[in-house]
This record gives sequence, C-alpha cells and structure tokens, in this order.
Amino acid sequence: MNDVKCECGHVNPHGTVLCESCGKVLEEKEESKKLLDMRYEGSARRSQTYNKTIVDKIWNFFSSVKVGVILIVVTLIASSLGTILPQEMYIPQMTTPAEYYEDQYGWFGKLYYELDFNNLYSSWWYLLLIASIGVSLVICSLDRVIPLYRALKNQRVERHEGFMKRQRLYGVSEQPGEEAMSRLEQNLKAKKYHIRKKNGSILAEKNRFSRWGPYVNHIGLIIFLIGAMLRFVPGMYVDELLWIREGETKAIPGTDGQYYLKNNKFIFQKYDKKKDNEVFGAALDRAGMVAKNYQSNVTLYEKKGDTVAGESLNLKKLKEAKIRVNQPLKIDKFAIYQVDYKLDELSKMHLALQNKDTGEEIGTIKVNLYNPETKYDLKNGYFVELKSYFPDFEFDENSNPTTKSKVPNNPAFVFKMVTPEKPDGEVSFVAIRQTIEVDGNNSYKMAFKGVETKNVAALTIRKDLTLWILGFGGLIFMIGVIQGAYWNHRRLWVKIVDGKAVTAGHTNKNWYGFKRELEGVFEGTGMESPAEQLESGKKG
Amino acid sequence: MKKKRLVVRTIILLVLAAAVGYTLYANLTKDEVNKVEIGKQAPNFVLVDMEGKKHKLSDYKGQGVFLNFWATWCGPCEREMPYIDNQYKQYKDQGVKVLTVDVGESKIAVDKFIERHHLTFPVMIDKDGQVQTAYGINPLPYTFLIDKDGKVVRSYKGELTEETIKSFMEEIKP
Repeated sequence: MNDVKCECGHVNPHGTVLCESCGKVLEEKEESKKLLDMRYEGSARRSQTYNKTIVDKIWNFFSSVKVGVILIVVTLIASSLGTILPQEMYIPQMTTPAEYYEDQYGWFGKLYYELDFNNLYSSWWYLLLIASIGVSLVICSLDRVIPLYRALKNQRVERHEGFMKRQRLYGVSEQPGEEAMSRLEQNLKAKKYHIRKKNGSILAEKNRFSRWGPYVNHIGLIIFLIGAMLRFVPGMYVDELLWIREGETKAIPGTDGQYYLKNNKFIFQKYDKKKDNEVFGAALDRAGMVAKNYQSNVTLYEKKGDTVAGESLNLKKLKEAKIRVNQPLKIDKFAIYQVDYKLDELSKMHLALQNKDTGEEIGTIKVNLYNPETKYDLKNGYFVELKSYFPDFEFDENSNPTTKSKVPNNPAFVFKMVTPEKPDGEVSFVAIRQTIEVDGNNSYKMAFKGVETKNVAALTIRKDLTLWILGFGGLIFMIGVIQGAYWNHRRLWVKIVDGKAVTAGHTNKNWYGFKRELEGVFEGTGMESPAEQLESGKKG
Repeated sequence: MKKKRLVVRTIILLVLAAAVGYTLYANLTKDEVNKVEIGKQAPNFVLVDMEGKKHKLSDYKGQGVFLNFWATWCGPCEREMPYIDNQYKQYKDQGVKVLTVDVGESKIAVDKFIERHHLTFPVMIDKDGQVQTAYGINPLPYTFLIDKDGKVVRSYKGELTEETIKSFMEEIKP
C-alpha cells in the first residue's frame, strides 16, 4: 500500500494508472493497450484499493456506480408499484383501509394492503432506498472528483511518450521552426486555449471547468434531497385537509390553534347557456353540465389570549375572504385552497303534528339535526318531545335502532306527541319514508314537511418552507448539466523529441468538433494535425 | 495519511447516517407531532358534564385520571363502556378519576346512551372538537392514562377489556 514514485519524480497515490504529472503508464496491464482509458485521468480511485476496515467496506459499496444504478432501478420499480392501486390518502375518507382495499380489489387489494403498499411512499424501506441513492451520490462524487482534480492540477507540460502514443489523436511531424511554433501558439490562443510551455513543448488546454459539470449537477441533486428531507422537520411543511360546513367555525389545522376559519357560504356555479357568453353554447350542448366556479366565502379569525381547550374562545376577526380554485387565502406562510365539496347535507328537518283522521295540522316543528331540542311546545296543550335521535340511522345486529355516525345522512327520531285528547302521549318512531307506531293506533302523527340543507366545503391547508431549497437545488442541477453538456474539455500536447514534433490530443466529448478545430489550428504551421487512432472513429 | 482518510470517511458516513436516521425517525413519528407525548404534561382542558358540573383537568392533580374518548355510534366504545363503569365504581374512592369525552354529538344522543347503559361516571361533550384536536384523536375509542402529576403515562387506541381497564386503574392509582 505504498505510494508509487514515477520515473519523472512525481509521487502518486497507490492505485494510480497514469502518472498524475507526466502520464506514464504505471499499471502493467494498461501497458499492452493501444489506447488509454482516460476516464478520471487514470487517477487512483481509492475505493478500489483500500478495503481494510468496515468503514472502508461501506464506503466502497456506495462508491460503486454499479450499486448506484441498481439502487435507482430498484427505486423506479418500487415507485411504479405504488401506482397500481390508489394510495391510502386518495381513498374515500371514513372508510377502513383494510376493508376498502379488499372490497374494491379482491385478493390483490388485500395483498397490497398487507404488504403496506397503500402507504408505499412514506414506508421506511422506500425512504431508505431514496436515502441510499443520496448516500451513493455523495460518495461516488467525492471518490471521483478529488482524484480527478488532483490529476488535472498536477499535469505537467511534457508528457511521457507512452502516454501520448496511446491517445486517440496522435501524430509525429518534422521539427517545426520557431515561426511555425509561434503560429501554432497564436492559432491556439485565437481559439481561446490556455498555453503552458516548457523546453519548447506545449500544453494547450481549454474549458477544464466542463469536467466539474457532473459534480455540480450532483451537488444540485443533494440540495434537492436535503430540501425533501426538511419536509419532515416539524413546522417546515404542512398539508392538511379541513371539511367545514356552512356556519361552522373550526381551527385551521397546522396552525396550532392560532387561526380559526368560519365557512359563511359555499357556492357551486355552473355555466348557464342563457346567461353566459354564447360562444360556450355548442360546447355546453356537447358536454352537458360544466362547472364554472367553486367558492367558499369564509371569515378568518385569530385566537386571542390563552384559553384551555374546551373553553369558549376569544376570536378576533381578521378578514373576510373568497376562496376559489387556484385563488387561495394566504395567512403568514399558509395558503388555504378550495379542493372539494359536498352539496346539500341535511341540517334541519321540518315536521308537522297532524291529526290522522282529519288531516288537521296543529303546528310545525324544526329539528336541528346536529343538536336537536328535546321539547317543542305547540301551545294550547299540544307539545312534542324528542325521546331518541339517530342521525345516521340503521338497525344493529340485534335489530335495535342505532346510528352509523354523527353525520345526519339518514335521520330517525322517536317522538312523544302530547295532545289534549291523549295527555299521556303517543309514541311514534319516524325515519325517512317510514313511521312505526308502538301500539299501532295513534290518533296523531309527525308528517314530513321539508328539509333545510347546508353545503360542506373541503379546504387544503398548505405550507411549504422547503420550496426555495428545491428550486435552488434544481437550478444548481441545471447549471451542472449545462456546464458539462455545452463545453468540452480539450487538450493538445506538442512535445519536441529528437528533432520530431510529437502531437497528441484529447477531449472528453465531441471528437469530431475537436478534430475540425485542430485542423484549423495546424493550418499553415507545416505540421500535421494529430490523426485518429481509433478504427471506428476514422469515419467521423 | 491512511488514518486521516479513515477519520474523514467515518465522519462523512456518520453525518449521512444521522441525516437518514433523522428523516426516518421524523417520518415514523410525524402523526404524533404536536400531539400528546408519553411522559409529558397532558394538555389541559375544561368541559362541562351532562349534569352541568365543570371539569378542569388541572384541578385533578394528585389523582390519577382515566380519560376516554368515545361516540355513541362506535361499537367498540359501546362494548367497553360497562367495563369502565364497573371499574369506575371500584376505584373512585382510591383516587382515580374517570372522565369520558364524547366527540361532539347531540346532547340527546349522549343522554339516551347514558340512560341505556346506566353509566355513572362523568360524561362530557367536546362540541367544537378543541379537546380532540389537543389530544390528536383518531380513531375511536382512544384512552389516555394521566398520573397524579398530570403527566401522560400511557395512551391506548382501540377496545379495552375489563382486565386491561383494571390494570390501567392500578397503574395510575396514586
């Protein structure tokens, strides 16, 4: 594990293929090759050589590009698995995921749920895959960029002949005169080459910064991943859903009870052929109903003072706002968007106390379905008592009336009707479209008269302090791509040996363009432009 | 030279491992963020029970509090209620307070439920959901055990058996 001293006197790290300074081939198996592999300038990727401790072993694992590619492929496959069935956050609310997946998708849905694919993108193993790609990026980059930087910094003007001979572009010409050399120099300068000279030899080089492009790109990706990671830090990212009925005031989730929102009205508008611009007419005939506007009129409140949960709140009105699709209400760093709605949820029911024989109505009561009164006085000795209430009525397994939820989807009541004729009262069970009487011969009934409904709006509360980091990472990423893609690192060596001029050229990409440029550079110097040594490269 | 490299590699790997570890930890605990933490002070609340008596959690320092969230439409809640009531009778003179919170149904629905199951412990309705938000309730039933210092010692999601309730009572008995 010792460093390798080259015959030129430069000391290279162990594992170096080409001397960092003169380019002499240090590894024997490279000696037999006609052309050199110039990737990373033949520098020592240390991961390839040190394999002693557990730290080195972990390092080497992540340093492998092969491992990196496998990680990316596995992540792609895993990501696609998550799209086969909807993720848990997209299934209807108030359903049990375990049952929903099996009901909807059979055995496959059950398996999908059992494998936890319903929350795939936040599962520990998926995050671990993404994190491994990040680690692989960091280590791969570090392991390559540092030796490459060293090799490019230490390169000297006069390269070893073995190095030059094995370049793709290589040529030998008669020794040029002074004039020819200065002409060459001028031509190179005109093409923006930087020139270093030693003992009459030349190293002309341009656009070295292009070699850092991939690493700048990786830095951008890492910043992007850091941004994604910061979403998990409390307070950085909020994405909550709020269902709110007309007239209701609720705490805005994610704001720690600081802000409250009241839904004054939810409006759903459709395009109307008569009222709207007639250019829409044909489209409306074809499509039928077309939504025009979804809007929640809300009032924003801020909580004042410290109250204990359950106490009545001291709310200060901040402003009125209209929330429409893509026109959120903004407070501090929060934005509240219109995302969903439910029209005509039952809110009040009107029922009349009616004489069954004469049809005479004594009076009408209005029952608030969220919090009904228990006694309704109809004057003159008539009153109705609510004995029992089931907002979302069904019969349970023992055929007893029960409720499925607190939402009045299917309200049912037990009323006791007290009248001067029947001062002890008559009991009646009233549900939508059915009435059951206890003894079967009541003289009064509760007749359905009508309902009042309310709309419910769903709002999304969003806060994202990581957005600028993601944007910044993306920008760096693009700079890296551009830096590596639109410039090429080009080098030309000219070495004077025994009355001959040995020339060699190297570029990291676009060999055709480089050859064209060199032809121009050598024009009028009397020297031959270095020639293509790669068989397949001769055509182009 | 080699030693320095080992140190540098170790540091880089540790930093990466810490970042990954934190992300995983934060992801797994994100549902409980801002909610009740075991070992921390339980969020205070004030609610009025069905008989009009005001209950403030902080007034019950020195007693253990068995706090249960429920609804009339929740089957498991309905099944565990009689057990809670039995144990309430056993432990009410031993310094354990039972407080149960309905998640905001109508008064009549709750009254009928109490009547049907002959419940004797205090029942409160969290009308505007403030207490549920403070405790991060989802799904039902949800039970919290609070010790005599007002600290949460345990939270339990789901239906309780009578033995479990008994062992919970023992746990918070001062």
